[in-house]
Amino acid sequence: MNAVLLSGLLGVVMMFASFLFRTKAPVRVLAILGIVLLLVANILESKGLRLFHLDTTRFLSFSSYALFFNTIAIACTLVYFLISSKDMQQVGNHYAEYFALIFFILTGIFLVTSFTNLLMLFLGIEIISIPLYILTGSAKKDLKSNEAALKYLLMGAFSTGIMLLGIAFIYGATGTFEIGKMNIAGLMKSNLLTTGMLLLLFSMCFKVSVAPFHFWTPDVYDGAPNVFTSFMATIVKVGIFAGFLHLFYSAFDKVTLQWKFWLAILAALTLFVGNITAVFQQSVKRMLAYSSIAQAGFMLFALVALNETAHEGLLLYAIAYSLATIGIFGIIAKMTDYSFDGFNGLATHQPLVALCVTIFMLSLAGIPLSAGFLAKFYMLKAVIQSGDYLWLVIFGVLMAAVSAYYYFRVIQAMYFKQGPNHFSGISTFEKYVLVGICVLIIFTGLFPNVIFGWLYF
Amino acid sequence: MIALLLILVPLVSGLATFLIKKEEQVRTWSLLAAISTFIIAILGVAVFAAPGNWTFRAAWMGLLNSSFSLRGDGMGIMLCMLTALCYPVIFLSTWTTAYKKVNNFFGLMLLAQAGLMGVFLAMDALLFYFFWELALIPVYFICSQWGGEKRIAVTFKFFIYTFIGSLLMLVGILYVYAHTPGHSFDIEAFYKSGLSAKEQTWLFWLFFVAFAVKMPIFPFHTWQPDTYQQSPTAATMVLSALMVKMGVLGLLRWLLPVFPIASYLNGDTISLLAVTGIIYASLIAMRQDDMKRLVAYSSIAHIGLMCVAVFAEDKSALQGTMIQMFSHGINILGMWMVVAIIERKFGTVKISALGGIAQKAPALTFFFVIIAFANIALPLTNAFIGEFLMFKGILGSKVSQNGVLIMATAGVGVILGAVYTLRMGRKVFFGETNALTEKATDISFQEKAILAIIIGAILIVGIYPQPFLNAVDQTSQSILKNSDVLPMLMKQKH
Repeated sequence: MNAVLLSGLLGVVMMFASFLFRTKAPVRVLAILGIVLLLVANILESKGLRLFHLDTTRFLSFSSYALFFNTIAIACTLVYFLISSKDMQQVGNHYAEYFALIFFILTGIFLVTSFTNLLMLFLGIEIISIPLYILTGSAKKDLKSNEAALKYLLMGAFSTGIMLLGIAFIYGATGTFEIGKMNIAGLMKSNLLTTGMLLLLFSMCFKVSVAPFHFWTPDVYDGAPNVFTSFMATIVKVGIFAGFLHLFYSAFDKVTLQWKFWLAILAALTLFVGNITAVFQQSVKRMLAYSSIAQAGFMLFALVALNETAHEGLLLYAIAYSLATIGIFGIIAKMTDYSFDGFNGLATHQPLVALCVTIFMLSLAGIPLSAGFLAKFYMLKAVIQSGDYLWLVIFGVLMAAVSAYYYFRVIQAMYFKQGPNHFSGISTFEKYVLVGICVLIIFTGLFPNVIFGWLYF
Repeated sequence: MIALLLILVPLVSGLATFLIKKEEQVRTWSLLAAISTFIIAILGVAVFAAPGNWTFRAAWMGLLNSSFSLRGDGMGIMLCMLTALCYPVIFLSTWTTAYKKVNNFFGLMLLAQAGLMGVFLAMDALLFYFFWELALIPVYFICSQWGGEKRIAVTFKFFIYTFIGSLLMLVGILYVYAHTPGHSFDIEAFYKSGLSAKEQTWLFWLFFVAFAVKMPIFPFHTWQPDTYQQSPTAATMVLSALMVKMGVLGLLRWLLPVFPIASYLNGDTISLLAVTGIIYASLIAMRQDDMKRLVAYSSIAHIGLMCVAVFAEDKSALQGTMIQMFSHGINILGMWMVVAIIERKFGTVKISALGGIAQKAPALTFFFVIIAFANIALPLTNAFIGEFLMFKGILGSKVSQNGVLIMATAGVGVILGAVYTLRMGRKVFFGETNALTEKATDISFQEKAILAIIIGAILIVGIYPQPFLNAVDQTSQSILKNSDVLPMLMKQKH
C-alpha cells in the first residue's frame, strides 16, 4: 500500500513542481529523490513496515511476489530516470508534468500487480493507459507523435471497451468481481464465462502487444518520443505482464488447461511475427519495436507454463529486458540517425558506448553470461517443466536464433563498418549509468542467486 | 586448483589486455599469459597430477541446482594441454602480423582460450553451455573484425549456424535436466537420467546438431571452408586446431553416455553421414587451387573419421579418437603455419601460382614434408597411432552393423588424403621455380624454432604413444561403461 499511495502523492507533487521551480534541474532532482523514496517505501513494506493501514482485502492484496515485482519496476524506473531524464527536456515544455504522468503510471502498475478484484484490474489498466496516450503525443509539434497518440488512443479505448465487456460477462456468470470468490471450476461449461474470459484475454493481449493484436505497437513506439518509448516498452509492458500472470495464476488457473493450447499458439505467433518482421526493418527504433513484440512472445511462455519457475522467470525477464531496453533507448535518444547505418563506425567514435550497446544487444539476443540469457533460460525451463509444448520451446529457440540476426546487425554496424559520428551529447554521469547497467546485466547473468536472494529480501 | 587456474589465467589476463594501450606491451603480455597457462598445464600434468588438483567444485546457481564443477579426466587434461601448447605457438607464429586495435585482438583470443578450457573441464551441463558460448563469441568478433574481404557475411553464417546448434542443445539440456533424479545439471545426474528410447532419440539429434556444426560433419559443414579462408590466421588456427575438438569432446563426454540407446540406434546413420563427408570433402579438396581451402576440406575428412570412430563404441576406437584429437590439433596447426608463411612470403596461397619453393627454402620444405606425412598418417607420426587405433576399433566394433563397409570407405578417404596432400606438396614445393618464387628466402630462425616444436610433438606421440594411451585409457573405459546399452535395452523391454 505504501507504494500505491506514495506514487500517487508524488504524481500530484510533481504536477505542482512546475509552479514551484522555474528551472528544470530541481524538478529532475525532485523526481529522482521521489523515486528513491518510493523504492525505500516499497522495500520497507516488504519487510512488514506499512506506513498506512487500510483494509483493502476485497480489492488489493499485496503478496510478496507483487512487492518484489514492484521493487523491480521502481528500480528500473530509477535507472530510467538516471539515463533518460535529461532527454525529456527536448520533448516539450511540460517537464514536471511528464514525471507526474510517469508516477501515475507506476500507481497503475502497482494496482495491476496486486488486484484481487477485476474492477481494480480495470482501474489499474486505465491508470496506466491514459497517461501513456498523453506521453505518446507529448511532442506536440511532431506530426508523427500526434498520429501515434491518436492511433494509440483509439485502439486503446477500443480494447478497454472489450475488457469492460469481458469483465461484465464474467460478473454475469459468477456474480462477483472478486477473483477469490469466483466459482470458476463449477462454471466451466458456462458460455458467458468463456466469452468473458476470452474478451479479457484479448484486451490484455492488446495491452502487451501480443500478435495478432500488435498492430499499434510499431507505429506508436516509432511515433512516440524516444524517451517515452523506452518507458512504454519496458516497465509498462512487463508491469502489465505481471498483472496478466497474476490474473491467470490466481483466478483462472483451474481452467487454464483449455487455455494453454491457445496461449501457446499465441506465443508462437507472436514470436514469429515479431522476429520475422524485425529482420526487415531499416530503423533500429522500429526494429526494437518489433523485437519487443518478439520478447512479449517469450514472456507469454510464463503464462503457458504457469508454475513457480515461470514466476521467477518473469521477474528475471523484467529485469533483463527492461535494463537492456532502457539502456539502448537511452543511447538512441542521443543519436541523430537511428537507422542501422547510423550506427556505422560507432565503435571508433565512441568505444565505450559501443561496448554498452553490444552488451545490451547480446543480452536481448539471449547470449550466455548476460541477464537476457538467464531470462530466456528460465522461460524455456518453465515450459519444459510443465511437461507439454516442447514444440513451442524448440520454436522459441529457433526464433531466438533469428533474433540474433537483427541484434547482431547493430553490432556489425558499430564494429565492422565505418561511418560518420551520429552520436553526441552524453555526459560523464550518463556514461557511468550506462556502464552501471551493463555491470548489472552481466552480474545478473552470472549470479542470479544474489539477485533473487536480495529480491526475496 | 589447476583446473580453475587454467580458466582463470586466460580469462583475467584477457580482460586485462583490453586495457593495455601500447602494442609491444600487448603482445608481450598476452604471450606471457599464454606461456604461464602452458606452464600451469605442464605442472598440472607433471607435478600436481593428483586428481584432487584437477577437480574444483563451488556453489554457483543454487536455485537451478547447477554448480561450478570442473574436473579433468584423461581426455580433458589432454585437450587442455593441447590448448595450452597451441596458444603460445599461435601467438609466436603470427607475431609479426599487424592488427589494428591489437589489444582487442589479443584480449578476445585469450577469452576464447578461457572458454575452451572451460568446455574441456566442465562437468556441469549449464556450465558447459556457458563456456561453449564463451568460446564462440570472441571468435565471432575476431573473425569479423580482422578477417578477409567477405568476412562479415561469412562469419555471420558461421555464427548463426553455431548459435542455432547451441540453442537446440540448450533445449536438450533443459529437457534432460527436468528428467534427472533430483533435478541437477551435474554430469553424473545426466548419466543417470534414465530416459526412454524415444526421448533419447530426439534429444540425441538436438545435441548432435550442436556438436556436428562445430566439428563440422557433413552436411553441417558449409560454413567451414569459407570461415577458415576468411578468418585471420590466428583465428583459423584456434578454430581448426582447438574449437573442432569441442564438438568431438561433446560427442564423447555428453552424447554417448547420456543417450546410449539413441547412440546405439543412430550410430550407423551418423557413420554413413560422416563417411559420405570424408569422401565428399576429399574429392573437393583434390580440386582446390587454394591451399587454405584445401586444408579446410582435409580437416572435414579427418574429423569425419573421428566421428565414425566415436560411434563404433569400441575401446581402441575411442582411445584412437582421443589421441587423434591431440594429433590433429598439432598437425593442422603445423599446416596452417606453413600456409601462413607461404602467404606472407609470396602474398598468395594459390597452388597454381607457386612452385619450386624447395630449391629456395629447404628448411621450410623439410618441415612441411614431415607435417604432410603426419597429415596422411605415415607410421612414426602421431596421426598413424590415432588412425590405426580408430580403424582397428571400427573394424572390431560390436555396435556397428556395417563396420567393414564403413571402414573400407573411410580407408579410401585416407588414400585420397594422401593424394591431395602430396599433390599440393609436389606442386607448391617441387618442380620449377617461377617469377614469384624465384627470389624466395628461407624461413627465419624463429620460424624454424616454432615449427620444430610442432615436429617434436608429432614425433614424440608417433614414436612413444604409450603415456598418451595410458592417459586416455581410464576415460575411454568409463565412457564405454556409461554407454553400455545392452542392460538398458533389457530394462526398457521389461
